[in-house]
Amino acid sequence: MLAFITKRLIQSCLILLGVSFITFALLYLFPADPVRQIAGRSATPETVANIRAQLGLDQPFIIQYARYLGNLLQGDLGRSYLQKTEVSTLIAARLPASLLLMLGAIVCELILGITMGVVAALRRGTATDNTLMMASFIGVSAPQFVVGLLMLYVFAVQLHWFPIGGYGTFAHLVLPSITLGILGSGWYSRMMRSSMIDVLRQDFIRTARAKGLSRIRVLMRHALPNAVLPIIAMIGIDVGIFMGGIVVVESVFGWPGIGQLAWQAIQRVDIPIIMGVTLVSACAIVIGNLVADIASLFADPRIKVR
Amino acid sequence: MAFAEATPALLPPTVWQRLKKRKLALFGMALIALTIFGALFAPYLTPYEPNDQMFDGLTMQGAPMAPGAQFALGTDLLGRDLLTRILYGARTSLIIGVLANGVALIIGTFIGVTAGYFGGIWGNILMRFTDLMMAFPALLLAICLAAIFQPSLWIVAMVIATVNWVQTARVLYAETASLSQREFIAAERTLGAGNVRILFKHILPHLTPTIIVWGTLGISTTVLLEATLSFLGVGVQPPTPSWGNIIFENQTYFQAAPWLVFFPGVAIVTLALAFNLVGDALRDVLDPTQRGRA
Amino acid sequence: MKKLLTTSALVAAIALPQIAAADAHSDLDPNAKSGGNITVTYKDDVATLDPAIGYDWQNWSMIKSLYDGLMDYEPGTTELRPGLAESYDISEDGKVFTFKLREGVKFHNGRVMTADDVKYSLDRVTNPATQSPGAGFFGSIEGYDAVSSGEATELSGVKVLDEQTVEITLSRPDATFLHVMGLNFASVVAKEAVEAAGADFGKTAMGTGAFKLADWTIGQKLVFEKNQDYWREGLPYLDSVTFEVGQEPIVALLRLQNGEVDVPGDGIPPAKFQEVMGDPEQAARVIEGGQLHTGYITLNVKMAPFDNVDVRKAVNMAINKERITQVINGRAVPATQPLPPSMPGYTEGYEGYPYDPEAAKALLAEAGFSDGFETELFVMNTDPNPRIAQAIQQDLSKIGVKATIQSLAQASVIAAGGEADQAPMIWSGGMAWIADFPDASNFYGPILGCDGAVQGGWNWSWYCNADADAMAVKADSMTDPAMVDERLKMWSDVYMAVMEDAPWVPVFNEQRYTMKSERMGGDDKLYVDPVSIPVNYDYVYVNDVQ
Repeated sequence: MLAFITKRLIQSCLILLGVSFITFALLYLFPADPVRQIAGRSATPETVANIRAQLGLDQPFIIQYARYLGNLLQGDLGRSYLQKTEVSTLIAARLPASLLLMLGAIVCELILGITMGVVAALRRGTATDNTLMMASFIGVSAPQFVVGLLMLYVFAVQLHWFPIGGYGTFAHLVLPSITLGILGSGWYSRMMRSSMIDVLRQDFIRTARAKGLSRIRVLMRHALPNAVLPIIAMIGIDVGIFMGGIVVVESVFGWPGIGQLAWQAIQRVDIPIIMGVTLVSACAIVIGNLVADIASLFADPRIKVR
Repeated sequence: MAFAEATPALLPPTVWQRLKKRKLALFGMALIALTIFGALFAPYLTPYEPNDQMFDGLTMQGAPMAPGAQFALGTDLLGRDLLTRILYGARTSLIIGVLANGVALIIGTFIGVTAGYFGGIWGNILMRFTDLMMAFPALLLAICLAAIFQPSLWIVAMVIATVNWVQTARVLYAETASLSQREFIAAERTLGAGNVRILFKHILPHLTPTIIVWGTLGISTTVLLEATLSFLGVGVQPPTPSWGNIIFENQTYFQAAPWLVFFPGVAIVTLALAFNLVGDALRDVLDPTQRGRA
Repeated sequence: MKKLLTTSALVAAIALPQIAAADAHSDLDPNAKSGGNITVTYKDDVATLDPAIGYDWQNWSMIKSLYDGLMDYEPGTTELRPGLAESYDISEDGKVFTFKLREGVKFHNGRVMTADDVKYSLDRVTNPATQSPGAGFFGSIEGYDAVSSGEATELSGVKVLDEQTVEITLSRPDATFLHVMGLNFASVVAKEAVEAAGADFGKTAMGTGAFKLADWTIGQKLVFEKNQDYWREGLPYLDSVTFEVGQEPIVALLRLQNGEVDVPGDGIPPAKFQEVMGDPEQAARVIEGGQLHTGYITLNVKMAPFDNVDVRKAVNMAINKERITQVINGRAVPATQPLPPSMPGYTEGYEGYPYDPEAAKALLAEAGFSDGFETELFVMNTDPNPRIAQAIQQDLSKIGVKATIQSLAQASVIAAGGEADQAPMIWSGGMAWIADFPDASNFYGPILGCDGAVQGGWNWSWYCNADADAMAVKADSMTDPAMVDERLKMWSDVYMAVMEDAPWVPVFNEQRYTMKSERMGGDDKLYVDPVSIPVNYDYVYVNDVQ
């Protein structure tokens, strides 16, 4: 186990190194000149040249990358070109909001997914089953911006049940979490359903029923915990999917997280921020995958670790 | 219909029979057929041009018209008929969806099978590269790529392909690796069969079901990704209609004119759903051991 | 709805060599009550509050409330008035300005402001290490070139004569100098605060303004608190202002209708406009104001066929400006020339190129393009600009010009415009010129002058007219207050010369619409302040204070 984790950690570091290189190279290729944005429209050519030299942007690519990497290893993500603030400060200020949103999404997708899956499994073959499975298909097929906009319109604007975007209270968290979590709930409900069906067929369930235990008890204490294992193992993978989704969801709901930060930075070619957010996201994805793989091993040694 | 023609050559007749029995799959195929029909015959289905900004298309105050007698689904903020744009938008979604997915499939197959079959150092490098690509937040990468290259239909398709081949590669790698260990492969080698022959005659045919399943499911993902990129303003160039960029252009009016978000939104969901339903059914039919797994 | 087109009375301010001593009491509103807090919303985050760097929509007015400069403007107008300088003298040749500072002005940390602070601030903003986008405005001060190239760290032209007196010498006469002293970039900052905060100074504030920065939660909100010791007595009225960022304009307006927000900083979104105007109670609280803004299409004179003036004139005649203003819901006035109507120097009565597609086609045919031609139209990819570009594209297609749209990120469009051979046409929306200060020269230099027609420059039409440039320089050296009218006439001639060559298609001048909540008071023009864009926080108040 330990050897496995160590090997994966080393691999993860190398992967992050690769991510940083590719991202840096891509941003270097951007046809837009960040110095122009910083210097503003009334700047003279000397000012522009000065700024370029100060930021080290007149150096060849390799030197720029080496400098960035050197700083990175010391924990310095650089300073935003346009705000002059440290990137780590900006990300640290906004990361909690994004993490909260992801947590909310995980809770939503688990509640929705598990409930739908269990009910569908218990009512297997009936209209309820078909409806629930259709709903989960739709959940997987709906783009998050459509879901988000529709939820805003129906529940916030028309019905006034929730605030219209923004951040602060639990009420603000509900709609964005559901929007982000619907995709996952679609996957989970189907997984839960088939997992539940498999478990319910097992001998130990029949034994429990034969012993006279009530249906509910069998369900809750024997079937459910076993059926849920494969899903718990998958939660880590969700992080990767969320990292893309938060750009859109935070934009639609005005949620002050790193997704919004990244989107604004891309518009303005604020390269240090884009690098910082990409690295943080990649980090999260790598950790998420690692956790998922470890959880899989524990949950069911029979399940192949991918 | 293209799909029906393709199936007998690729799938044994019994599979096709089993597929037809599943109602959801039929429903999905019908939706796909409907979309293709709408995309192909769009010019005949509506009297309007997709890019024609009509004076009558806006109210006196310059607001879009609601769905009604003259414009079946209403008009957008520039006075263009929404139904027409949605029909032509189907072309964008289908072309990019299939094209991007096709390229992703080719890349994924090439990398996955090569790594799985040859193994060794190369296999390791290729798989680590795949892990690397997986670590990238896909949407962020797509946005950056789209910003670097001036977007056009082809560029958008290539960008989507670039972020989408990873899953296919991983799955095919696992299958190829497992297949390559089997005895009959070793037997073929001792008989003197070259690698190319083994790959094409023995390995790939076994992979066909997986490729078909992922190919179909993948179109759903690419359709959604294209819509998202267009929604963010980095998709196909205006005035080419795409369901995502219709929502992008008109979203500030979603309160006053919700049909501008609703109808294209339904279109996106429908197409993605259709491919998901068909792909899922194919998976059940072709390889029951995969049932229910993500 | 009240319509106010701010007219310029720049004349009055510049005409007087000396201004009467502090009139800090005369502009107080008798109806104003002291106290209360208001909430203002913005969509984009505030990048920085450093006056040397801040150049955004959001932070421009915030900085105006946190800091002061030597010169200021009458609230809600474009008239100059003294700021931290109580009075000033201008030498005969117009090159030496002697500013006498007010006594007893305190920074937010309690220290008294002196002439040393003024010098420090000006040296800082022109120093390349600060990376100020506004450094170029101070180019007429003696010693600027030395500082800008790094040879010196102090401006030789800025001298501290005594604690209350600063003497600034210019290397050439500059009629816009007093306006430059009223820019945010010329604000006075406290040296010790800058040195203490280092590169993070932009996340703090230490000025002499009406408000101090009380709190800043990045990405969410900022809170400004009243400066009890503000040197303009009686101001500000409000106890505090809360800025909430990350709010979409639609959400902001809905919250305003709910009573949660007092001023939507990004204005009334188009989608809600009709609804609001249809309700008399709400319509009464909507304020419209002119902006010193022009939206235009640049035609690259270095790329065929736009090197042919007849082609450019034809394109001018092909654009249906009325229809395009309809795309933004009529919240603009069609433009005939580069300057907006409220800018001094605007040529009244000039009709420009009328909308006439037939004549345009004829002109094109004469120029040898009876079959039209293909070209590209660059545009920024945030709404509503792609829509406007599509409307332009349709207009062009009616005279046979097939324009493909290139909808790209803002920085990419700017980069393309800065190359001589990449962007034949650019729609300036989202990057369009809003004047930095209310003077005609501000619309010329970087975007129409020869100096701007360089690689990486902002003159995207690459237009270079040496005669017009010469006239512009001459106009700006007319510092004699008696020659104001002549100066404005000369600027008018410059722009008329530009229109003859038609390197641009001026399309519209955007009007600004905003709405205030029921409890807000203060003259309407404060809510569409042309200088303290968009709202002048120092002078507004609320009516529901106990």
